[in-house]
Amino acid sequence: MEWSLVWKAVIALAGTAALLGVVLAVASRRFYVELDPRVKEVLKALPGSNCGACGLPSCEAAAEAVVEGEAPPTICKAGGSDVAEALGKIMGVEVESLIPLLAHIHCRGGKSVSPIKAIYQGVNSCRAAETAMGGGKACPFGCIGLQDCADICPVNAIAFDEEGIRRVNIKKCTGCGLCSDICPRNLIEMVPAYQTVFVRCKSRYTGKKALALCKVACIGCKKCEKVCPHDAIHVEDGFATIDYDKCTNCGDCADACPTGSIQLWVEKDGHPEGGEFVLPKRKKKDNGESSQPETGSPRPEEGSEDAS
Amino acid sequence: MNEVWRYFLIFFGAMMVYNFILIRFIGLCPFFGISNRLETSIGMSVSVVFVMVMASSVCWILWNYVLDPLNIEFLYIVTFILVIASLVQFVEMIIKNTSPPLYKAMGIYLPLITTNCAVLAAVIESIVPGFNKMHVAYNYSFPEALVFTIGVALGFALVLILFAAMRERLELAPIPKFFRGIPIAFIAAALYSLAFMGFAGMFGL
Repeated sequence: MEWSLVWKAVIALAGTAALLGVVLAVASRRFYVELDPRVKEVLKALPGSNCGACGLPSCEAAAEAVVEGEAPPTICKAGGSDVAEALGKIMGVEVESLIPLLAHIHCRGGKSVSPIKAIYQGVNSCRAAETAMGGGKACPFGCIGLQDCADICPVNAIAFDEEGIRRVNIKKCTGCGLCSDICPRNLIEMVPAYQTVFVRCKSRYTGKKALALCKVACIGCKKCEKVCPHDAIHVEDGFATIDYDKCTNCGDCADACPTGSIQLWVEKDGHPEGGEFVLPKRKKKDNGESSQPETGSPRPEEGSEDAS
Repeated sequence: MNEVWRYFLIFFGAMMVYNFILIRFIGLCPFFGISNRLETSIGMSVSVVFVMVMASSVCWILWNYVLDPLNIEFLYIVTFILVIASLVQFVEMIIKNTSPPLYKAMGIYLPLITTNCAVLAAVIESIVPGFNKMHVAYNYSFPEALVFTIGVALGFALVLILFAAMRERLELAPIPKFFRGIPIAFIAAALYSLAFMGFAGMFGL
């Protein structure tokens, strides 16, 4: 064996490596860039998987954007509220905790209240039915009640209720919004989880025309608009829409609604779907003894029912 | 043969006729990985051109003044990787300090280049005799090696940017569901490759 060759190889390689190392060391000192120390902290708090969900190429870029104030502390979708809080702490910003969203289907017109105009026998898909004269249901705005949203739901949170329309199981719903995108009638909306008052109709028809197609339709009477103490509900395009930022879940609108299209969601322990929709207290006689709307829902305006 | 013509042949051969990505199939990972968006592919291309040319010049000096005289040519892969890796670090530091916008544009692609086989291949081919399958020359002189690497790098950049521009359009095209994304990119790359075969034989290369 030729030892001189080995020595030459070792020395040459070590020399090259040492030279490059020195160059790098000098360069790192010479070209040192003052970094905001918060960038490092933020980077530590981020998941570090460089998933790109925030729209930036790496967690490092996201950290820099956060520190420079170009991005909010809530930028990391993958990290959720934990990471958002940690980032907020580093940046000294109060982070309003990410409000979880839940899917809500704006229709309650089941088969007992909403007549059908035909019997649909086509593909079991709302999008197919929508192209074929809107399926069997007479109401052109209501839930068709076929498979699309249930199929796309990754957690099987959407099932039929006893009336044959779709209902979301809020215990399972993760708020991903896939169903909201796929519904051909735009009935599914992502609603903040604290919301308990819902307008369960999106009929653009008003008055008699709406009632003819569904007994529990929103007829656009604007009574809810008048009683709302917070200017949170408005009738647009023939149906009432709640502004969830302003709404305090007081339920006055549900009390005022003549058709019962505005309902309260009551959480119930042990209920398989986490709760159910009820009509407000005033309509108790219509709905049996089941309703106790106050339970579980924050209702700051307890006395409002007497006032109205 | 006229000198200028010779340099042109080296350049054109490296860039088009023996294009690294489409004819030689070297550096396919960044080709498919980065070509989603035009913007990122341009950043990557600029970084590759920069690093390739730098690496090739440093390695040429190392080969001709260290490895070759000492008869330890067998160390070339280790040495070149060492040089490329530290060079990328070095370049990153300098750019970070001198030109933040450029640094932002290149972003994470600079470190990625360390593991880019195209850079190592370009360096080895331009320097180590016996590795060059082109019939232009074997033992490149320094300017020849430089021209060769610039050609390789520009060919890489050209294909990457062309492909990224096309992939952006593919996003909007009505492609069957099972072909969307990577599958159609592979098919398109194959067609690109066929098209680039048209350069074969040009100028007798």
